[in-house]
Amino acid sequence: MIGGIDIVTLIAALMAASTPVLLAATGELVAEKAGVLNLGVEGMMILGAVAGFATAVTTGSPVLGFIGGAIAGALLASLFALLTQILLSNQTATGLALTLFGLGLSALFGKGFEGIRPPPTTKIDLGPLSDMPVLGPILFHHDWVVYLSLILVAVTWAFLKYSRMGLIIRAVGENHDAAHALGYRVIAVRFAALAFGGALAGMGGAYLSLVRVPQWTEGMTAGAGWIALAIVVFASWKPERVLIGAYLFGGITALQLQLQAAGYAIPVHLLSMAPYVITVLVLVILSATHRHGAPAAPAALGRSFHASN
Amino acid sequence: MITLVKRPTPSQFWAYATPLLAVFATMVAGGILFAALGKDPIAAIKVIFYDPLFGPNAAYFRGQLLVKAGPLILIASGLAVGFRAGIWNIGAEGQYIMGALAGASVALAAYPAESHLLFPAMVVAGALGGWLWGMIPALLKTAFGTSEILVSLMLVYVAQNFLAYAAFGPLKNPDGYGFPGSRNLQQYPSAHNPELIAGTGMHWGVVAAFLAVIATYVLMQRHIAGFRIRTAGEAPRAARFAGVVPAKLVMFCLGLSGAFAGLAGLFEVAGPNGQITDSFNAGYGFTAIIVAFLGRLNAVGILLAGLLMALTYIGGDMAQLMLGLPTAAIQVFQGMLLFFLLGFDLLTHYRLRLGRARA
Repeated sequence: MIGGIDIVTLIAALMAASTPVLLAATGELVAEKAGVLNLGVEGMMILGAVAGFATAVTTGSPVLGFIGGAIAGALLASLFALLTQILLSNQTATGLALTLFGLGLSALFGKGFEGIRPPPTTKIDLGPLSDMPVLGPILFHHDWVVYLSLILVAVTWAFLKYSRMGLIIRAVGENHDAAHALGYRVIAVRFAALAFGGALAGMGGAYLSLVRVPQWTEGMTAGAGWIALAIVVFASWKPERVLIGAYLFGGITALQLQLQAAGYAIPVHLLSMAPYVITVLVLVILSATHRHGAPAAPAALGRSFHASN
Repeated sequence: MITLVKRPTPSQFWAYATPLLAVFATMVAGGILFAALGKDPIAAIKVIFYDPLFGPNAAYFRGQLLVKAGPLILIASGLAVGFRAGIWNIGAEGQYIMGALAGASVALAAYPAESHLLFPAMVVAGALGGWLWGMIPALLKTAFGTSEILVSLMLVYVAQNFLAYAAFGPLKNPDGYGFPGSRNLQQYPSAHNPELIAGTGMHWGVVAAFLAVIATYVLMQRHIAGFRIRTAGEAPRAARFAGVVPAKLVMFCLGLSGAFAGLAGLFEVAGPNGQITDSFNAGYGFTAIIVAFLGRLNAVGILLAGLLMALTYIGGDMAQLMLGLPTAAIQVFQGMLLFFLLGFDLLTHYRLRLGRARA
């Protein structure tokens, strides 16, 4: 205990608190690696939150809930892909539209699901590991989604770094004209990357409504999708650093909640600002140090591809 | 197989036709949505688009139209200038809140003194509040190259928490029996932003919105600065050769849109809303983004788009009252409008051809 804050509980809470943004940021990373900037993460997350919640409540199965959330996120991402890849709309504007649309659509679907408790997501019992002092509660006392998110980060890292498909994705993101000339199907690759990103954002949203809160309320993502976007920038488009970024953010969120609970004489609303202020600070520090370094962003990020010439 | 052929210059015809086409397509898709919700689609569309203007209680609703359109137009006018330059301020909602807080603070500090100077001072404070909040992403962008998109958006959540803090803390009405929220400025004559012509909904914020439309029109179409802004957006490299300083442009665009959003917030809190509460902001800052695009980032277009979007708000309220249509359905409707608009914009820049393109 330091200053009324239990460190073990804090670190354990950190892992759960960062899971939604970790999932969303990993998905967005893949999309951005393919050269598409999808600013609609917030919209996909909140739609995933409501779809996952509704599926879990109606079927009684949280697993199906997470699948439902992932499908909803992927569907919304496909709409983004249709607009930006086939109808060649501006990615920034379309991403914003996706967020506004997702917020509205989720509020519409969410009517009638307010004030219900979802079926509990099972914690994995690792036997003696879970009973270990200190490390047990920190590492081995979580639900399966926390572990799945970690596995997904590792798989994404290996996939982008070592697989042929990962190389193609990076090629498309760095120079779509060259990738096209080599015979790769730029639009199909980007479609798939976006759908994957949407699915992970949807799962992240479902984690919020099924585990973190756990309840459905309108606008419950409260900027988590935007923070996921910031984490991708913070991570310089590297999956392993996404993990650090997400855990840093999760740590601040968890600490802030514990400070509120510990009854410090800081107004609650000022504490609630902390994750956003710190995200800004981290972005600033990062852009200040990377100013003259090698640009880390995929070279074709945000540019439309049209094979006319 | 349909192929796309890029037009040498954007089509003038489609530039005007796409917004209309998008509105029409949204009505059709919205009708399908309303039907899926179990409402009569024709009746719903009529309640939303026709009744507020020409229906039985139209006299009341027409006034509401300006009340809702005022802040949308004012904010969107500022945003559009930045969007033209490729500077994405999407934190207008936060600047709106900070403008309202700054303006209301001036009024509450002066309470209960009566003076003709108070309201102008509030206007200045409101603009300054929004401007300062917009300058944060601007300075971070120019000094460190930090993305203004993410910073301005993060600051919305900071502003929202700050608003709640103010409503529960320093700005709380001391005579409010412990309820959160400030004194009502509508009951403080010097600070009140009243309806100027009874029944029209016209208040100083609407006047400011019209002035903003004129000012941005002159700026963008008739002034060298507007030419520079447009060049910077369309050909950043060319703009730099022409002597445009990107840092100045970022400061100008974010400062201007911040100040406009701050003004909108002030006029709202001193007028139609009256009070600082933790839920005072109504999403105008985000809807204004749709308005800016629907108006094709053009001053006159924004005026029309703002009125149309205000109509969907009022019509949405009416549809909720009369048909039990959920409020969120209108949000979906507005989102769809932006999607169709962005999608149809293809026709402005590309020609559709049947048959395969030459390899």
